[in-house]
Amino acid sequence: MANAKEMKSVLFGPIFANNPIALQILGVCSALAVTSKMSNTLVMCIALTAVVAFSNLFISIIRNHIPSSVRIIVQMTIIASLVIVVDQVLRAYAYEISRELSVFVGLIITNCIVMGRAEAYAMKSSPGMSFLDGLGNGLGYSVVLLVVGFVRELFGSGSLFDVQILPLVSEGGWYEPVGLLLMPPSAFFIIGGFIWVLRTFRTEQVEPKE
Amino acid sequence: MSKKNESLGKTVGVVLALCLVCSIVVSGAAIGLKPMQERNAALAMQENILDAAGIYEKGMDVPAIYKERIQPLVVSLEDYQVMQDINPADFDNRKAAGDPERSTKLAKSEDPAGLGSREDMTEVYLIKGEDGATNGAVLHIRGQGLWGTMYGLIALEDDFNTVKGVTFYEHSETPGLGGEITNPAWVKTWQGKELYGDDGKVQFDLVKGGASGEHEVDALSGATLTSNGVDALIQFWMGNDAYGPLLDKLRKGELTNG
Repeated sequence: MANAKEMKSVLFGPIFANNPIALQILGVCSALAVTSKMSNTLVMCIALTAVVAFSNLFISIIRNHIPSSVRIIVQMTIIASLVIVVDQVLRAYAYEISRELSVFVGLIITNCIVMGRAEAYAMKSSPGMSFLDGLGNGLGYSVVLLVVGFVRELFGSGSLFDVQILPLVSEGGWYEPVGLLLMPPSAFFIIGGFIWVLRTFRTEQVEPKE
Repeated sequence: MSKKNESLGKTVGVVLALCLVCSIVVSGAAIGLKPMQERNAALAMQENILDAAGIYEKGMDVPAIYKERIQPLVVSLEDYQVMQDINPADFDNRKAAGDPERSTKLAKSEDPAGLGSREDMTEVYLIKGEDGATNGAVLHIRGQGLWGTMYGLIALEDDFNTVKGVTFYEHSETPGLGGEITNPAWVKTWQGKELYGDDGKVQFDLVKGGASGEHEVDALSGATLTSNGVDALIQFWMGNDAYGPLLDKLRKGELTNG
C-alpha cells in the first residue's frame, strides 16, 4: 500500500492540479447538459463519482486477469453495468431528478473520464489506490460542474437549489434573469472562465507557445 | 500482464465470467428496485393530477388526498362509455396511447396536434368536492411541440367548459423559451378561461400580444412553435374527435360510474 502522501496526491491532485475537465478537457458534454440547476448538478456529480470510483476498483481487482486483446470491452462491460445500477437507484430514490437528468445518467458510460481513468490508472495500480484515484477525479469533475451550476442557476433563474435568492422581475422582484445561461452553450463560457482563472494561479498548466 | 492471459481459453473464460457477474448485478438491481420505481411513477402522476386540479400543496399526503378527492375512470373514446371491466389502478394511460392495437389512426386533416393516432380508451379523473359531489374533471392531453411530444393534464370546472388548471408534466421544449409552458405564472393565466364558444366549437386560443376575452391566453414569447403546438392540442383534444362528446355527457350528468 502506498504512503499517505501519495494517497493524498492521488485523491486531491485531480481537483485543481490535474483537473479532468479544466486541464484534460474530458467529460465536457455532460458538464454542458446537466448544469442548469444545482440539484441536478449535485446528483450528477455523485453519480459520476460513484461510477468512476467503483469502476476503477473493480477493474483494478481483476486487472491481472484481463486479456489485453479484450480489455476495452471488459472495461466497458463493468462501467456499463455500474451505470445501469446507478440509474436504477436514482429512479427508485430520486425520481424527480432522475427524470430531469434523463439520458445523461446513461451517458456516463461514454464519459471520457471514466474510460480514461480505467485505462490510464486502474489497469496498473492496486485496488485501494485506484478507488482513491476514481474518487479524486470524480471530485475534480464535481468542482467544475458545481461552479458552472452555481453560476448558471443563480444568474439564469435567480435561485440556488430551487430556493429563490434573487427575486425575479416576472414575479414582482428586480432581477432580470440571463436567459442565455439556461442554454447548454453558456457552460462553455463558464468553463472557459474557470480554466482562465485556474491557469492564472497555476501557471505551470499554460501550454508553451509553439 | 502475463502471457497466459492471452490464450483463447482464458480470454473466453474471463469474458463469460464477467458477463455472468455483471448480468446478475444489473438484473438484481432492476428487479429489486422495480416496486419502488413504479410507486414513484404512480405517485408523481397523482401529484400532477392534484396539481392540475388546483388541490396540490407542497408537503401534503398525496396518496390520501388523491384517494379522497379523485375518482379515476377508464372511458372509451369511441362510444364514451365507462369501461366497467377495467380497473383504473391497472390501466396505464401512456401504454394505451402507444399501443397501435388499442388506437385509431388519424388522417392528416383531423390531426392538428401531430399525434398520428389516438388511443381508444383513456383515463379520466373526476374531481370530488369536500361533500363528495363531482365538481370537475382532469383529462390527459398531449401534442407535438417544437422538439417532441408535450404531455399534460387539463382540469375543468363542473360546467366542463371553464379551465380550472393545466399542467405540462413532461416535455422537451427549449428551456427559457418553450420550456416556459411549466411556468406557474403563465399556467395561472389559463384559470377561468372558457374552452367553447356559444356555438359549441372550441374557441380557446393562444394569442400574441395582449390576450383579452374569456377564450384567450397569451402565447409564450420567443416560442411560436411551442405555442402553436399547445393551441393545436387543445383544438384536438377538446374537439369532436376526442373529449368533445365526453364533456357533453359529463355536462348532462350522464357519465356515471354505473
